[in-house]
Amino acid sequence: MGTYLVKRFSLMILTLIGISIIIFVLLRLMPGNIADIMFESAGFIDPAEKAQIEKELGLDLPIPVQYFNWIQGVLVWDLGYSYVSEMPAVDELGPRIPITAKLAALALGFSVLFGLPLGVISAVKQDTPLDYILRVISLSGLSLPSFWLALLILMFSVHYFGDMPIYMDPPDNLWDELLLYSIPAAAVGFRSSALIMRLTRSSMLEVMRQDYIRTARSKGASENSINYHHALKNAVLPVTTIIGIEAAFLIGGLIITETVFNIPGVAHFLVQAILVRDYPIVQSLVMLIAIVTVLVNFAVDLLYAVLDPRIKYAD
Amino acid sequence: MKRTIFRVATAVSLVGLMLSAEAALAQKSGGVLKAYHRGTPPSGSIHEEATNSTVSPYMGVFNNLVMYRQDIAKNSMDTIVPDLAESWAWNSDGTKLTFKLRKGVKFHDGKPFTAKDVQCTWDGIQGKRKAKLRKNPRKSWYKNLESVSTNGDYEATFNLKRRQPAFIALLASGYSPVYPCHVSPKKMRTHPIGTGPFKFVSLKQNEHVKFTKNKDYWKKDRPYLDGVEWTIIKSRATRVLAFIAGKFDMTFNVDVTIPLLKEVKAKAPHAICELVTTNVSTNLIINQDAPPFDNAQIRKAMVLAIDRQAFIDILSEGQHVQGGVMMPPPSGVWGMPPEYLKTVAGYNPDVAGNRAAARKIMESQGYGPNNRLKIKVSTRNIAIYRDPAVILIDHLKEIYMDATLDTVESANWYSKVGRKDYMVGLNLTGVGVDDPDAAFYEGYSCGSQRNYTGYCKPEMEKLFEQQSMMVDQEARKKLVWKIDKMLQEDAARPMIDHRKAAQCFQPYVKGFVTHVNSVYNNWRLEDVWLDK
Repeated sequence: MGTYLVKRFSLMILTLIGISIIIFVLLRLMPGNIADIMFESAGFIDPAEKAQIEKELGLDLPIPVQYFNWIQGVLVWDLGYSYVSEMPAVDELGPRIPITAKLAALALGFSVLFGLPLGVISAVKQDTPLDYILRVISLSGLSLPSFWLALLILMFSVHYFGDMPIYMDPPDNLWDELLLYSIPAAAVGFRSSALIMRLTRSSMLEVMRQDYIRTARSKGASENSINYHHALKNAVLPVTTIIGIEAAFLIGGLIITETVFNIPGVAHFLVQAILVRDYPIVQSLVMLIAIVTVLVNFAVDLLYAVLDPRIKYAD
Repeated sequence: MKRTIFRVATAVSLVGLMLSAEAALAQKSGGVLKAYHRGTPPSGSIHEEATNSTVSPYMGVFNNLVMYRQDIAKNSMDTIVPDLAESWAWNSDGTKLTFKLRKGVKFHDGKPFTAKDVQCTWDGIQGKRKAKLRKNPRKSWYKNLESVSTNGDYEATFNLKRRQPAFIALLASGYSPVYPCHVSPKKMRTHPIGTGPFKFVSLKQNEHVKFTKNKDYWKKDRPYLDGVEWTIIKSRATRVLAFIAGKFDMTFNVDVTIPLLKEVKAKAPHAICELVTTNVSTNLIINQDAPPFDNAQIRKAMVLAIDRQAFIDILSEGQHVQGGVMMPPPSGVWGMPPEYLKTVAGYNPDVAGNRAAARKIMESQGYGPNNRLKIKVSTRNIAIYRDPAVILIDHLKEIYMDATLDTVESANWYSKVGRKDYMVGLNLTGVGVDDPDAAFYEGYSCGSQRNYTGYCKPEMEKLFEQQSMMVDQEARKKLVWKIDKMLQEDAARPMIDHRKAAQCFQPYVKGFVTHVNSVYNNWRLEDVWLDK
């Protein structure tokens, strides 16, 4: 196990180095840079002024030099300056990361709490009206784009309550925060919950046809014990993989949801930064997302062994 | 009899006085105006930007030397009033414009305002200061400015190369604030300091821009508001819904499009919405340096193929208006009147006739049903650019031109235009001041940075100068129409329409007047108050 962990950790570092190079190079391969975009609001591009801005921002240096400067900074938590606000990137990202993290955690929590039990019920009650209803719900979750669902929620709120749950000011306390984020989290988590529900259902159905389930039943085990103790424990393994993958995919959904609900998180901020080629912000954020994704997948790998004792990581 | 008349007159005067006193007392101080903003302003430095994303929130931070009256919707020379200047005077040959400046005015950091600040500001725009502006979009406005000189602390003179009566109109724009000499351009971008009614508090990208009342404002009893808060909401659907839900007192500067206006009126019938012309035009930029549009005949044919009314009907339900470079009347001061406009090639309402003439021209150049000209129409990948481009492509089919749409990401638009890497481009242009000196010199004069096509004709330069020097404004108007007609027929930058959009606010917002011939000059907000 120890050797496995060391190997896995080394691989993680190599992966992150590779990702950092890809992020850096891809960003610079995109046509147009921040100097071009700065001139957008002036309505013209002056080549001399543009060259001066590029020099000020260090964009005239060779790309490998720019890369090493960035990596050096990252190692000492100096992420550079936002080209747009001319503020340290750390100050720009710092307050936004917890907002998105909370929203993502709530969305993931919603999708697991909603998707997993309903998936089990759908499997246990296979081909009953309840199963059909749950399947329709899960299908609609997969087919409704989250931005549309979010807009529907807002329009519904304005029409029936004369108000809407968008972010205007920072919430005063935890309860306000929970209230504010719960609707956007549900909007974005609905798709993931539908996926989890469908996967749980199919996985459960597969497991429930196994011999050991029949054996358990013949030994007189209760239905609840069979469903939740014997079947779910084995059916949950592929679902765990999907939850890990969905955690990364949630960022995509959050971009739209943060935009529609006007939540000042990093997901919406990232898109804006990409559009204006704010390299220090984009590089740092994408790197952060990569780190989180790699760590979540690492955690999922470890979780396999906990969930299924047959899985052993050889030294 | 005389006594009776006197008594009646006295009574009427007293009632009048009482009413006006009541009106004056009616304004309430206090409250924070909450408006939404469509996106993070590129910076707080008005001199470095050419967008109402900056002017609208930041105009209240500054004062100009002179400004357009905020309470009169139509900007003209007659509505210019003193601001930091107490008075102004021209010398006899109209080449020196001297301002007597207000005393006792302080910048938000406590430093006094003097004539040196006026000099510094325009030296900066002319690139004469060591501390350079990063971007300088208004350089072309001041082509005729030789220098700014001072006489003591409270007199500044603009020395012009030649007579330019409308020079003062440029100074009255929201784009012409006075900057403090002692603050660097970088600080002006991130934390601007002015003498205006509101002090900058903070900007958080994608969240808000906040301003608070300048308690030491030199204009007594102003501003009425304790502050102004702009919440940044990128999604137009969300921000308009939020306004409908009453979360905001005011929309962003003419942010409500014609289709959305219907929704606002239906769902928030109490809201006040004013549909106005914005002095933003949809127009074409044609690359005249490369085939096929280096051929004047092909350009002429293209101009004749455009059915402007079709654009207006499709894009704005008939609300946008036709015009040339200058915004048409009644909102515009200098635009060609409808009868005159009809005489311009391509503006005749007989679209079929225009297109038949265009086809003949194309045939004379060797094109026809079996030999169609293939071109590209480039534009930014934003709906308000893309939609008219699609209609244009449809119109061009009528004259043997097969155009394909080339959508360009905003980030790359101006670099592409600068490289002249396009055949035809569809563009939107906003003009800060409804005056030919701003519009002609910015968009059509040799060497101007915003003259995207590089259109440069000595005979036109002479005409620009001639109109610019004219004192008789009625005679000037006639010459401006003639120049405008020539520019349209020369396909210098064919105009498609002048856009309209709505400004909405809640009924308790008082003292705000939406201007009808510029969206850049009415955001001082010092006279705005909340009747709550």
